[in-house]
Amino acid sequence: MIETILNNLALILGTTLMYSTPLIYTSLGGVLSENSGVINIGLEGMMVIGAFIGAAIGYYVGNPWIAFIGAGIAGGLFGLLHAFACVTFGANQVVSGIAINFLGAGIALFLSRMFFEGATMTKSIPLDNKMPRPLNGVFPDGSFLNIIFDNQYATVYLAFFMVLLIWFFMYKTKYGLRLRSVGEHPTAADTLGINVMRIRYFAVIMSGVFAGFGGAAMSLAIVSNFRPTLISGHGFIALAAMIFGKWKPQGALLACLLFGGAQGLAVFLGQFDFEISSQLISMLPYVITIVVLIGFVGKSAAPSADGIPYEKESKY
Amino acid sequence: MGYEEVTQSLGKVVEMKNITKKFGDFVANDSVNLDVFKGKVHALLGENGAGKSTLMNILYGLYSPTSGEILINGKKVDITNPNVAIEHGIGMVHQHFMLVKPFTVAQNIILGREPTSKMSVLNMKKALKDVKEISDRYGLYVDPNAKIEDISVGMQQRVEILKALYRGAEILILDEPTAVLTPQEIVELIQIIKNLTKEGKSIILISHKLKEIIEAADFCLIIRRGKHIDTVVVSETDEEGLASKMVGREVSFSVAKEEKEAGDEIFSIEGLVVKDNRDIIAVDKLNLSVKKGEILGLAGIDGNGQTELLEAITGLRKVESGKIKINGEDITNSTPFQVISKKISHIPEDRQKRGLVLDFDISENTILENYYKNPFAKRGVLQYDNIKVYAKELIDKFDVRPKEETKMARNLSGGNQQKVIIAREVSNDPDLLIAAQPTRGLDVGAIEFVHKSLIEQRDNNKAVFLISFELDEIMNVSDRIAVIYEGKIVGIVDAKDAEVEKLGLMMAGGGNE
Repeated sequence: MIETILNNLALILGTTLMYSTPLIYTSLGGVLSENSGVINIGLEGMMVIGAFIGAAIGYYVGNPWIAFIGAGIAGGLFGLLHAFACVTFGANQVVSGIAINFLGAGIALFLSRMFFEGATMTKSIPLDNKMPRPLNGVFPDGSFLNIIFDNQYATVYLAFFMVLLIWFFMYKTKYGLRLRSVGEHPTAADTLGINVMRIRYFAVIMSGVFAGFGGAAMSLAIVSNFRPTLISGHGFIALAAMIFGKWKPQGALLACLLFGGAQGLAVFLGQFDFEISSQLISMLPYVITIVVLIGFVGKSAAPSADGIPYEKESKY
Repeated sequence: MGYEEVTQSLGKVVEMKNITKKFGDFVANDSVNLDVFKGKVHALLGENGAGKSTLMNILYGLYSPTSGEILINGKKVDITNPNVAIEHGIGMVHQHFMLVKPFTVAQNIILGREPTSKMSVLNMKKALKDVKEISDRYGLYVDPNAKIEDISVGMQQRVEILKALYRGAEILILDEPTAVLTPQEIVELIQIIKNLTKEGKSIILISHKLKEIIEAADFCLIIRRGKHIDTVVVSETDEEGLASKMVGREVSFSVAKEEKEAGDEIFSIEGLVVKDNRDIIAVDKLNLSVKKGEILGLAGIDGNGQTELLEAITGLRKVESGKIKINGEDITNSTPFQVISKKISHIPEDRQKRGLVLDFDISENTILENYYKNPFAKRGVLQYDNIKVYAKELIDKFDVRPKEETKMARNLSGGNQQKVIIAREVSNDPDLLIAAQPTRGLDVGAIEFVHKSLIEQRDNNKAVFLISFELDEIMNVSDRIAVIYEGKIVGIVDAKDAEVEKLGLMMAGGGNE
């Protein structure tokens, strides 16, 4: 009895880690962009392109790390586009983000048809060419830890490391301090000789890179190919997690784990023969997102200048 | 001795020569000259919009001049951005503080010049040490670990000064530094300025408050509508002399007002209790009444419940207990709409936040309270032709400049914004006019106008309730003076018998024996 409970718990924890991982990367991207003062609703589109490029390079080159980095670069290029529109031209950040979401999905599909004989789905990557599983076979078969970690891909551990890295960058280095100052009070930063534009460019491009990683963590690890429905709202969930986590990397991590956990629960419940349709159960993570956002976030802690284009010449 | 003789032997640190700055056709600075001397305070005096800030933004590298040159320590320099200004030892404390609110004091001071150990990792230990060192040296007390959002405005200003000193500023530009300070903080600031000059720093003080210039400055450059008017030695002039140069005509400081017998009581407050945002009692069983044809002044130091009292009267804040009555009618906990309909008008404390919709034009702002009434609206559709006619009338009557009813409120000077508000409120023909800080941030010309308007109301046998932190204003304008301290009225005196010392003591909680 106890063993069954423990095994089930391990199963849920394992799926939690698995499903949280893409969200963690992407929400870190959101953290960087929004703390510099640029809203990035385009995370979803950046994730989609990352997922496709990851799967495509993974299939053709066969090295998951090259594919992963390629996905980051692809996301970064979309970030560059977003920065170009929002930072250089002061375009409306929400509109630009929406455009990027359409663009990401469209370009991924277009490239997929081009490189995979007209198919909207990329070809599967063999298990050996997917992300490695560092703890595969380390723990005894069927043990608690084995159930959790046996099948976890390297991207999972890397995600946690990235949270630590971004946290250190933002709160312990001078560039992090400058990035946050630009998101809070760009005019103040400017009068101190900090280059607001450059920092925002950096932050938005990096947010694309991380969203690209998030997409690749999906297509190179959790599944082994790209299809148009692979990223269905994960970018938005990551965005919500970032807000729920109060624009902080550590907060975003916890929020992503919560959403991953909800997903894990949904998967777990899905194996039983409930009188509830599976569609309703798979709604669970999204419902939890909304409930949590309404109930627990409280007063928004967004950076003061988030979403406001900075114009140097404007009078203050 | 004139300015030339006095300054002959002094070392020039800044020379701005024939500075002209044009924004399109508009000339903000027209061949202005400014010399700043080592260890001296040079004031920059002018009305709102005279071009003081423009001149300083040029010196700080935020604007580039259309023509003219700048010399620092005798060498010609080209200040293209704030970084260059900082390198030349120029620091600026902006009127609206440039502080990152969620950051600590120390983080704000070091931002952009952070002490780091290897790999750009912040060295906060060194940062704290550096901050403490300069704050001790100049007597600028701050708590380096406190967050900006938690500290007082006066301390925020000290942080701004420290920011400049941390960057090695030798020349400090203070832009309207007292506009946001309490009287006590102003005294402290003047002391800080004296400490800084003793250490050899030069100060440029932008202000339109004559009293402070007399108290703190050595020299004073006066500019009017962008033009260089004169540079004077402050010790050889007085407030009247400065004021007439600034506005270009004689200005009277004493407010002309005739004796007048007050009528019946029209407005009363009984045992009013109001809580502030932190749920602490801010107005504590307060009693007050205003009669027809009198101006009741409420004196007190900022934060003694004035804001909450005002909000309670105007329906913006909940009354816990007590009664507010006008014309015998109970209006406790009415909505602002109901309050207005009971003929109470209100010139709010913060004209940009509550007085105007900044992105509406003048004409729209004049009908904010009456937009639904004939002739401004018919069957729910705004009648812009009628609104414009009405706005033009008010613009003429209250001398709002520019005389364009389609001008956005945002683009008006502070004085003209206030004129629009006064025009709107007075035109409602209120029985009670509440004026909160009506002259804050205004120059002498505009202050004169506001005071005249208040007295006109009183002369028309209306009641006026004036709330102000400026004791001079209260004493000049009011008929009776009530003093508020910690949410209670601690004394009411006739303006004729009022003495500054006694009122000051009451404002500080000294009682009224």
